[in-house]
Amino acid sequence: MSRYFTEDHEWVDVDGETATVGITEYAQSQLGDIVFVETPDEGKSFAKGDDAAVVESVKAASDVYAPVSGTVIEGNASLTDNPALVNEDPEGEGWFFKLTLADADELESLMDEAAYADFTSKL
Amino acid sequence: MSRDVHNGPTDQFTQARGTEYSGDADGGDDAPEILTLPLDGWHRARGGRMVAFAGYEMPVQYEGIMAEHLWTREHAGLFDVSHMGQLVFTGEGVEAALEALLPADLQAAKLNHPVYSLLLAENGGILDDLMLTRRAGGEVYIVVNGATKWDDIAHFREHLADEITLNHLDEQALLALQGPEAVIALERIVPGVSALGFMQGDWFDHKGDRLWISRSGYTGEDGFEISVPSEAAEALADALTAQPEVKPIGLGARDSLRLEADLPLYGHDLDEETTPIAAGLGFAIKKRRREEGGFPGHERVMIEREQGAIVKRVGLIVEGRQPVREGAAVVDAGGSEVGKVTSGGFAPTVQKPIAMAYVPVALAQPGARITLAQRGKVHHAEVVPMPFVPHRYVRKG
Repeated sequence: MSRYFTEDHEWVDVDGETATVGITEYAQSQLGDIVFVETPDEGKSFAKGDDAAVVESVKAASDVYAPVSGTVIEGNASLTDNPALVNEDPEGEGWFFKLTLADADELESLMDEAAYADFTSKL
Repeated sequence: MSRDVHNGPTDQFTQARGTEYSGDADGGDDAPEILTLPLDGWHRARGGRMVAFAGYEMPVQYEGIMAEHLWTREHAGLFDVSHMGQLVFTGEGVEAALEALLPADLQAAKLNHPVYSLLLAENGGILDDLMLTRRAGGEVYIVVNGATKWDDIAHFREHLADEITLNHLDEQALLALQGPEAVIALERIVPGVSALGFMQGDWFDHKGDRLWISRSGYTGEDGFEISVPSEAAEALADALTAQPEVKPIGLGARDSLRLEADLPLYGHDLDEETTPIAAGLGFAIKKRRREEGGFPGHERVMIEREQGAIVKRVGLIVEGRQPVREGAAVVDAGGSEVGKVTSGGFAPTVQKPIAMAYVPVALAQPGARITLAQRGKVHHAEVVPMPFVPHRYVRKG
């Protein structure tokens, strides 16, 4: 399994055709206390860059974009009642949604962990 | 992620909606310059995340807005509000001169008792809200909002006669210590402050510095506001945060605390388009001033007192968990916009999304159902009495 990152601070885990998407540790630390998450419904299709989910902290609302194109298999239902899970474990239990990849080639434009660490160190 | 929709003092909406910061009292054409507060290094050393607000770099949070909010409600929080304008007016007839610009009853105002008032335009619109205190020596001390202070100073200078001197205390820092344990912590450092009651102030000596301290604040909790010479501010902040009850608190929690306490924020809930009656601030216009007039906007205030304003500021509890923020529309059954949310967010003490909004008078009663539209989505809310969290002021005879 490989993990990819976007400049919009999403992470993508790829396991075969399935991609799991969430926001990074850096993103949650910037957002602060997360009070609301809206994840997409099963069956919804996204092109890369579409608005896919909403995350709101005490101070701000942000859109989460689809880092790659695909069809949603599942949204993380745990986040509805416990949005703080994104603060506690953003790159694990706090995942946002899973989708079936439409075009695996899109992954090539994303960063690996080292490149993302380098990217955030310059922000 | 991007397209952040910020609200409250985490952004520069105050400047966008209110008065643009211009860097000098004459409103020069220079590009806005971001200034630093006397405690700038102190905030950074304590992990304060700095943002631009009201023309200054200010700490929006240290450990997190939620934790800081709850700490203040249970213990005591130290806020740096040195961006606010501290003004002293002196001169023959200063009370009458100021009464020509605002609706406070300065003739009846007791010495050392801060009074909430409003700087009004001729049409009754609110130019700023402020606290004024008559002090010994024939002076009036006024604290105005940071984002509006340069315009306020220009307004005062333009309208006050030359006999009245306006001294901008730009070498004074302003700290607020707020929360139920504020009195315990401050009494240890400045003995005697516990004798003050809510909305009383006095001079105190602290290590050779003169402090002006009033029992007042912007959180709904007991607490104090402390005017201290800038060069002594760091030592005082150190002494305060050395107390086990006290933590430094950022602007983010200041915003959520004041929202729960029904305290409007200028540039958001109040502006030149809002009037005292619509804003629910009729209490700031005293009986003698209503009867005699002689302040800008008197006619509008009297008409709205008789007939009601078209809209009123109300408190809302929003259904569900998603916050509805400043700028969201209040809509009627046909989807037409009939009002606006002016502040909103997730309330840490209430544990629900809450908001302040201007709604048509017919919808302004507690229990009224309100429909809101935000970013293409409909939200339902109910009008509730404010404050959302009961005030805990300590009043004394």
